[in-house]
Amino acid sequence: MKFTDVYLQTATKILVFIIMTFSIYVLFAGHNNPGGGFIGGLITASALILLYIAFDLQSVRDIIPVDFKKLGATGVLIALLTGVASLVLNIPFLSQAYTYVDLPFLGKTELATAMIFDLGVYLAVLGTTMTIITSISEDDI
Amino acid sequence: MSTLHLAILLPFVFVVIIPLLYKYTTAIHTGWIALIVPVALFVYFAGYFSIYDAIEPIKVSVPWIPSIDIHFTLYLDSLSLLFALLITGIGSLVVLYSIFYLSKDRERLHLFYAYLMLFMGAMLGSVLSDNLLVLYTFWELTSVSSFLLIAYWYQRQRSRYGAQKAMYITMTGGFSMLLGFIILYVASGTFSIREIIAMGDSVSTHYLFIPAMFFILLGAFTKSAQFPFHIWLPDAMEAPTPISAYLHSATMVKAGVYLVARMTPIFGALLEWSWTIIVVGIVTLFWGSFNALKQYDLKALLAYSTISQLGLIMSLLGVGSMGMNIRFENESLLFMGAFLAAIFHLINHSVFKGSLFMMVGILDHETGTRDIRKLGGIMHLMPISFTLTMVGAFSMAGLPPFSGFISKEMFFTSMLTLSENNSSWVNIIPVVAWIASIFTFIYCMIIIFKSFTGTYHANLLERVPHEAPVGMLASPATLSILAIALFLFPGLVVTSILEPTVKGMAPTVFAKHPDWHAHITAWHGLNLELFMTIGLIIIGILLFLSIEKWKTPIFSLMSKRYNLNQIYDKGMINLEKFGTAVTRSYMTGSTTHYLTYIFCFLIITVLGTLLVTNSFYLDTSNDSPIEWYEFVLGIATVAAAVFVLFSTSRLMSIMGIGVIGFTVSLFFVIFRAPDLALTQLVVETISTTLFLLCFYFLPKLKTSITSLKFKLTNAIIALGVGTTLTLIGLSAYGHRIFVPIAEYFHDSYKLAGAKNIVNSILVDFRAFDTMLEIVVLFSAGIGIYTLIKLRHAGRND
Repeated sequence: MKFTDVYLQTATKILVFIIMTFSIYVLFAGHNNPGGGFIGGLITASALILLYIAFDLQSVRDIIPVDFKKLGATGVLIALLTGVASLVLNIPFLSQAYTYVDLPFLGKTELATAMIFDLGVYLAVLGTTMTIITSISEDDI
Repeated sequence: MSTLHLAILLPFVFVVIIPLLYKYTTAIHTGWIALIVPVALFVYFAGYFSIYDAIEPIKVSVPWIPSIDIHFTLYLDSLSLLFALLITGIGSLVVLYSIFYLSKDRERLHLFYAYLMLFMGAMLGSVLSDNLLVLYTFWELTSVSSFLLIAYWYQRQRSRYGAQKAMYITMTGGFSMLLGFIILYVASGTFSIREIIAMGDSVSTHYLFIPAMFFILLGAFTKSAQFPFHIWLPDAMEAPTPISAYLHSATMVKAGVYLVARMTPIFGALLEWSWTIIVVGIVTLFWGSFNALKQYDLKALLAYSTISQLGLIMSLLGVGSMGMNIRFENESLLFMGAFLAAIFHLINHSVFKGSLFMMVGILDHETGTRDIRKLGGIMHLMPISFTLTMVGAFSMAGLPPFSGFISKEMFFTSMLTLSENNSSWVNIIPVVAWIASIFTFIYCMIIIFKSFTGTYHANLLERVPHEAPVGMLASPATLSILAIALFLFPGLVVTSILEPTVKGMAPTVFAKHPDWHAHITAWHGLNLELFMTIGLIIIGILLFLSIEKWKTPIFSLMSKRYNLNQIYDKGMINLEKFGTAVTRSYMTGSTTHYLTYIFCFLIITVLGTLLVTNSFYLDTSNDSPIEWYEFVLGIATVAAAVFVLFSTSRLMSIMGIGVIGFTVSLFFVIFRAPDLALTQLVVETISTTLFLLCFYFLPKLKTSITSLKFKLTNAIIALGVGTTLTLIGLSAYGHRIFVPIAEYFHDSYKLAGAKNIVNSILVDFRAFDTMLEIVVLFSAGIGIYTLIKLRHAGRND
């Protein structure tokens, strides 16, 4: 598929940053506000899809040289390892913990291991969605 | 996590490390890296070993899935320690040997050693686990890793066949064993072996106790290649020789023996247990040793000899457990000698069989053949190999001054004890055992004299034989020295391993005889056992010298009739045919058919359950009033659905589906579920995009759909699914049987530090679900990727 729509391309260049920023906000805010890894991953995926639609496959791949299969696998692995980590500490599989720390500029901030798990979910969702979409759209008859 | 847990995890870590390092360490043989693991573990486990005292059993536990009583509990007592030492000790020697055996340039060594480490870890896990289900997990992992190892040269058809056969047979046994474990759990309420033993009689009175015993024994028998499941072991010889030396002499096949020994405190008092093991063991001993005579391939000969030796150990375990029965209370200590013999022979067997397999590997390596018809007369070309083979074979034949002699004498003693304390027809068992020992003697002689003495045929050999390099000889030499050392100083293992193991296997017996001590000496005086040995040597020599005369007629008569392999092969072919027929009957390749099955199944099971249990429930009294905008959204959803039904173009129907999705997300907004609304919005966007991507490839929508019958069936199914789901929704909403779980999640801020309940459910309370979900999602993604890519790969061919 190849479009050369100047309006779409120009709008995309701006929109992608907004959507990406939003998706990262959603990922980090997930613990206390609507959002989380699943939605975050999907929103990022939709930003990338927008890029793919506005530009062609090859130029997007040049800009973002990421193997989405590996990204997805990394995500699953991260989620799995957070579970194993709790085993090493002699507590049941996938136990999560959280604490509050005072960070400069940010003030009182919550740090939760669930966040790492959520990051795994985020990467897995993003990787999988993009794997599916790119492999279908690359498929030429 | 204790050091014991880490010891088990170490090989698994190396499964990952070895392939990673393989790329960067082309200069050295990968085996040197792999060697670190067994040596380190051997040193670690040897730290527990002291020849003067028994070790105090160690029990360490890490909860794994505590809600269903699965704990990663490790239990180290003398029996586990013995196996751990065998696994790591023989493992070190095998890895050392394989460094010289496998060529660095031609073989894919990273895979070889990764599989080997996987196997080693699984084996250690099996012998150290106290939890039955964890034991089962590791047990099956040994089957899987041995499958990979046997099929290491997967280009060969025989290797694949052998690997498959081994896996089918041992895994069938494994499943049966799992069933037995689950029944034990039902009877006792725990998966811990220690706790079941501690319960004693309260478990054994359960009516499912004996079925559980048979199911578990089936697992042990298949793994230890007992008759009639032994047929996989000769075919497993397709593996590289170091693997045969390791898996099929020292470790995997002994897992069955280990399991029987481990379960003896639970089941040993039952006569059913004792007799099953004795009979199966004796038959295996006889059949294995007899069939070994037929073989021309040295490795196949050793495979049958392993089968028969495992039968011997099994039968000893059976005889020993008889002493735990209440009927033989007065003779119980006599029977305990059989346990001693079993464990001692287990050690001896690992020593001499490991060495013999390695020697056969050396012969193969240096001459290019393992066929005894081609070998011969190479004694003075390979003098060291000849000596080492002789030590191993004489030990196996049970001749002094090698350790096999002592354990064979103890074996005779045990069999005589058995027949003296039972009715007269049991007398046949020592006779069968004695005849089997004659066969054993003969095949040991075949190994030595047919391959090393006689006439030398230079033209039949592929290479000019010469002595093997020192590195290759080091491992079998170590084992040979051990075979002599154990004869001269049996005390090396008596107080540390044998005595505590035997005491642990029959705790009820030794509670009454606390002062009992094991005595093993090389010289036991002039008695019946010694005369039996002298007799078997004389007859054995006579039969060996005349072997050419009687061998061919007997075996050519036999091979036509009694062939278990044919039964297996035919069974596999028929199973495949049956499977194909069943699959063909419903896998039509039509999506319409598949969806019909799925929906019909859903309607029948769910609606059927609702009807049978009469669970319909309609209660609208608690419902809140419906606002006008909710009406509008509802109508819009229904209208979009109807629109999809009647639309004539594919594009319009995709948009119609999109409208349904977006209105549903609006519903979520109204009902104050921002998380769900957000997810639904994004999912809807992406799935519409996906749809549009596929759109290009979809066939044109057929407006005039074929027959009325087809339409009618579809309508009925659609209405059925709709009705079912609506009824479930309404009934589920109306019912208030259980306390709503919502109360628990109110504390999410306190418990998980999360203000967003939805997210805390996803990542904190039900993280396991989420984890598996992303695994499923990822697998689906990879599935789609491979489907699309493979189609192209196929086209290019």
